[in-house]
Amino acid sequence: MALEIAYIQEKLNQKFGNNVLNFEMSRDIFSFEATPNLIREVIRFLKEEESLNFHFLTDLAGIHFPDNDDEHQFSVVYQLHNWVENVRIRVKTYLPENPQIDTISDLFLCANWMEREAWDFYGIKFEGHPQLKRILNMDEMVSHPMRKEFPMEDSGRTDKDDRFFGRTQING
Amino acid sequence: MMSDLLLPPEHRYAKIIEQTRNDDGSELSILNLGPTHPATHGIFQNILLMDGERILDAEPTIGYIHRAFEKIAENRPFYQINVLTDRMNYCSSPINNMAWWITVEKLLEIEVPKRAQYLRVIVMELARIADHLICNSILGVDTGAYTGFLYVFQFREKIYEIYEEICGARLTTNMGRIGGFEREWSDEAFKKLDTFLIDFPIAWKEFENLFERNRIFIDRTVDVGSISAEKAMQYGFTGPNLRAAGIDYDVRKAQPYSSYEDFEFDVPVGKSGDTYDRFCVRNAEVWESLNIIKQALAKLPKGPIHADVPDYYLPPKEDVYNNMESLIYHFKIVMGEVPVPVAEIYHAVEGGNGELGFYLITDGSRTPYRLKMRRPCYIYYQAYTEMIKGGMLSDAIVILSSLNVIAGELDA
Repeated sequence: MALEIAYIQEKLNQKFGNNVLNFEMSRDIFSFEATPNLIREVIRFLKEEESLNFHFLTDLAGIHFPDNDDEHQFSVVYQLHNWVENVRIRVKTYLPENPQIDTISDLFLCANWMEREAWDFYGIKFEGHPQLKRILNMDEMVSHPMRKEFPMEDSGRTDKDDRFFGRTQING
Repeated sequence: MMSDLLLPPEHRYAKIIEQTRNDDGSELSILNLGPTHPATHGIFQNILLMDGERILDAEPTIGYIHRAFEKIAENRPFYQINVLTDRMNYCSSPINNMAWWITVEKLLEIEVPKRAQYLRVIVMELARIADHLICNSILGVDTGAYTGFLYVFQFREKIYEIYEEICGARLTTNMGRIGGFEREWSDEAFKKLDTFLIDFPIAWKEFENLFERNRIFIDRTVDVGSISAEKAMQYGFTGPNLRAAGIDYDVRKAQPYSSYEDFEFDVPVGKSGDTYDRFCVRNAEVWESLNIIKQALAKLPKGPIHADVPDYYLPPKEDVYNNMESLIYHFKIVMGEVPVPVAEIYHAVEGGNGELGFYLITDGSRTPYRLKMRRPCYIYYQAYTEMIKGGMLSDAIVILSSLNVIAGELDA
C-alpha cells in the first residue's frame, strides 16, 4: 500500500492539530474523529490534497446515540475512498441535540441526497444544503423516524397482539 | 391553466411557465412522469418541465415504496435481516443475500470454506447475469425492439430454476446462512447450471447481434444521456454505469471477497458514458460472468458447505430432536441470542448496479445498533435530472432504463 496510514495521520495532524483525534484502525478501515465545526475543511482537505486524494464519497450515515453525553448525541459518518491507491477512510463527527453541521454537497454532488436522507431520518441539519427537505418519507411527517426513541410500530395498533408473536415491550 | 391542475401555484415550475413564452407564442408545460407508469419500471415520479418534446428541467420524487429497512434491521436479529436485503435489488437478490452474509461473517470473523465461497461466486454471477439480462432486454423494449427481450427472457427463468434448486425460492431468495449455504447443492442444480451454460451463450450472442450494430438502436442510444467520468465520480456512480464512463473501478478487483481473487476476468469499460456504452458494458459483463462461473465450476473444491460455527449455523434437524447440545444451539440461534462482538465494519460487494455496501455498527446485543445500506441506485439516481435535461421525452425513458434504477433498491 503506497498510501501509508501513518502518513495520512501525520498530514491531518499537521493541518488540523487537535481538531482531529481518535485515530484508529477499525478492522480494515482507518478511521478518525473530527470536530464538527471543521468537518467541511477536513473533508475538503482529504479530497483536494493531492497526496491524499480521497476523491470518492462512498457513503454518509447519520447515527443516533441517545445514551451518550450531551455533546455526542448524534454522529455523522463519512466514508471516503481513494480509488487510485485503493484506500478507504472513515471520518466521524459527533453532534449535540438539535444537530447542525456544514454541508459537503458542493464538494461531492452525491452528498446531496445522502444529506437529505440524514435530515429526513435523524433531523441533522446540513447548513448550506441547496434543498434540504425530506426524501424518502412524506413531506407532512413531523418526526425523524430513525431516532432511537421513535417506535418501530404504531403503539396504537389493535389488529396485532404482540403476545402472539413472542414479542413483549421488554424484549422488543 | 393546465399546470394549475397538476402543481400548486407556488411551485417553482408554475412561476417559470407563467413567465416564459416561446417566440411562436407557445408556452411551456408540465408532464407528470410516474409515480406509476409502465415505462418507468418501478414507482418513482418525475415532474418534467417541458418545451414541446424537450425536457427543460426535472424534479424527481422518490420514496413511494420506502419500507424502512434500516429501522427494521435495528429491531431484528442478524439472520432475519437477510430477507430485507432480498427486497432491495430484487433483480439480483442472491448478490444482496451473499453481501449480507459476508458482512456478518466479517463481523464475526468467520472463515468460510472454499467450496462455499466458490458456490457463492457462482450464484452471485448468475444473479449478475439475470440483472444485466433484464436491464438490457428491457432497454431494447423501451427502444421498440421487443424481440430481443423474448429471446433472452426465458433464460432468466432458467436462472430462477437454478435458484429454486439451491434454496427453494425464486425471486426473493433468502439464500444462504451465516457461514455458508443451508444445504449442499443438488445434482439437479448442477445439471441445470450446465445446461444453462451451454444454451445461454448462444441466445446471448444472438441478442448482441440484434442490437449492437442495429442502426435504429444506435440512433436511439448513442450520445443519449452521456455522463463524463469526472461527473460520474462526483455523483457517486459505481458499477456498470461508472465503467461505461471509462473508470475501471470494480469491487471484485479492488477488494476481492469470497475468493474473487482466484478467478481471471476482465473489467469491461466504455468511453463516453452514454446509453449505448452502458448497454455494451453490461453485455460484456455477462460474458465475464459466464467466464467466472465456468472457472469456478472447473475449480470447485470438495469439502464442507458451511463453516463449523455451531453458535451461528443451525444444526441439522435430526440432531435438534436427539441431541441436547444441538437443541440449545438451535433455540439460541432462532431466538437471535448469538454472541456478537462490539464492532464497526463496512463491507462492500459488487452488486448488479454497483458498490453495495453495509455499514454495520454493533453494540453486542442481538440486533445491529445501526445498519446503513449503501444502495448504489439511490446514490446515482441523483444524476438523472442532469442527464435528461435538454433531451427528448423518449430519451428520458431510455436513460432511466439504461441506468437500471430498481425501485426497491432506490427506496429500501
